[in-house]
Amino acid sequence: MSLAKRIIPCLDVDNGRVVKGVKFVDIRDAGDPVEIARRYDREGADEITFLDITATHDNRDTIVHVVEQVASEVFIPLTVGGGIRTLEDIRRMLNAGADKVGINSAAVFNPEFVKLAAEKFGSQCIVVAIDAKKVSAAGEPERWEIFTHGGRKPTGINAVDWAEKMRVYGAGEILLTSMDRDGTKSGFDLALTRAISEAVSIPVIASGGVGNLDHLADGILLGKADAVLAASIFHFAEYTIEQAKLHMQAKGIEVRL
Amino acid sequence: MSSVAVIDYGMGNLHSIAKALQHADAGVNVQISADPQVINAADRVVFPGVGAMRDCMQALHDTGLADVIREAAASKPLLGICLGMQALLSDSEEGGNIPCLNVFEGHVRRFSEHLTDKDGNTLKIPHMGWNQVKQQAHPLWDNIPQNSRFYFVHSYYAVPDHIEESIASSDYPQPFTCALAKNQIFAVQFHPEKSQTVGLQLLKNFLHWNGRF
Repeated sequence: MSLAKRIIPCLDVDNGRVVKGVKFVDIRDAGDPVEIARRYDREGADEITFLDITATHDNRDTIVHVVEQVASEVFIPLTVGGGIRTLEDIRRMLNAGADKVGINSAAVFNPEFVKLAAEKFGSQCIVVAIDAKKVSAAGEPERWEIFTHGGRKPTGINAVDWAEKMRVYGAGEILLTSMDRDGTKSGFDLALTRAISEAVSIPVIASGGVGNLDHLADGILLGKADAVLAASIFHFAEYTIEQAKLHMQAKGIEVRL
Repeated sequence: MSSVAVIDYGMGNLHSIAKALQHADAGVNVQISADPQVINAADRVVFPGVGAMRDCMQALHDTGLADVIREAAASKPLLGICLGMQALLSDSEEGGNIPCLNVFEGHVRRFSEHLTDKDGNTLKIPHMGWNQVKQQAHPLWDNIPQNSRFYFVHSYYAVPDHIEESIASSDYPQPFTCALAKNQIFAVQFHPEKSQTVGLQLLKNFLHWNGRF
């Protein structure tokens, strides 16, 4: 009897529609976010994450309405990330019904923002999202760097050091995405996941690259993640959340069924 | 129409709990309020909270709501949630040693660092996610299967002086008290408003509870 490992479906939302691209291009429409969130809740999702990829400021209101609608009928934790840059952005999302917000680029540009946000709203609602890419050459000890702008801009920051710094600054959880694997369906970067999960004392969510149910189990068993996040394998009904949980349970992982 | 007041003292987001209460029973009048008159007039009171204990107690004293909560706890069904549960103990070691409301005698302690699970992996703090809850008999567990999983997020937990007031426990990795009860007071460490079906059932049970057990 202990804490269950979590499965978190992620909805990339663009102008009110769920989309999924491969390495942030070639976007496919996957449907209505409220309808999809409802389905995931019924199937036993442990949390739901919305990533607002809307490029224009004018359309940001759309995600607030999506969260409001979902929060009035889905009673599991909801996280919203994408474009969170100010304390006012956070307040708006929490008031709409989000339980946590994901802070990504804004943390890189101004780490103090994470500190302010955690002091103001509590660490329990501050998820720092880290986009990391492997920068070591073959044969070298493995090393990953933080990238911004959807994986296009290197920052020179070591990903493991950054995760620990964010914990010290008040992050309650780390959402770790491998930019090398995101959208490839070839599995998590397990070495990266394990390096960060073992370096920090806060929970780590593995993300980026899930293509089948073994990948989810590997993220927990080999990557030592506390939770696993996936998008397209659930959106296009390749697998249900329940199938994923039964598969993980068969591998000896404790899940909520 | 029966009414429930959700106490608003500026600690955390109350929309989730208000929405969940309304969803659990559409026939109940749910009010988020900092007004002692509204709270005093309500049939039931929910005392939620997230964040740090020092800020929480400061806010309760500044607003005068500390006394309002003590009064409510003595007179009508009261549900404490998360930080709202911890604030009902005598004191908390979070941020030094903060005196709390002393509705339940006992202390609030932090999970030890470097605890490991059965496979030797370090346990993360906060304790975050869905954990099983081992119930002791109480009407608020009606229609909730034994060992159901509820959603937790916390780094501190209650250690009551009177063990009979502990009405449920969870393991992380050692057993800790995750629900307290006496008279018309019930308090939980987890978030029923985020615990899907079983959480809504608990809220429904509270909204129908006559305060006796």
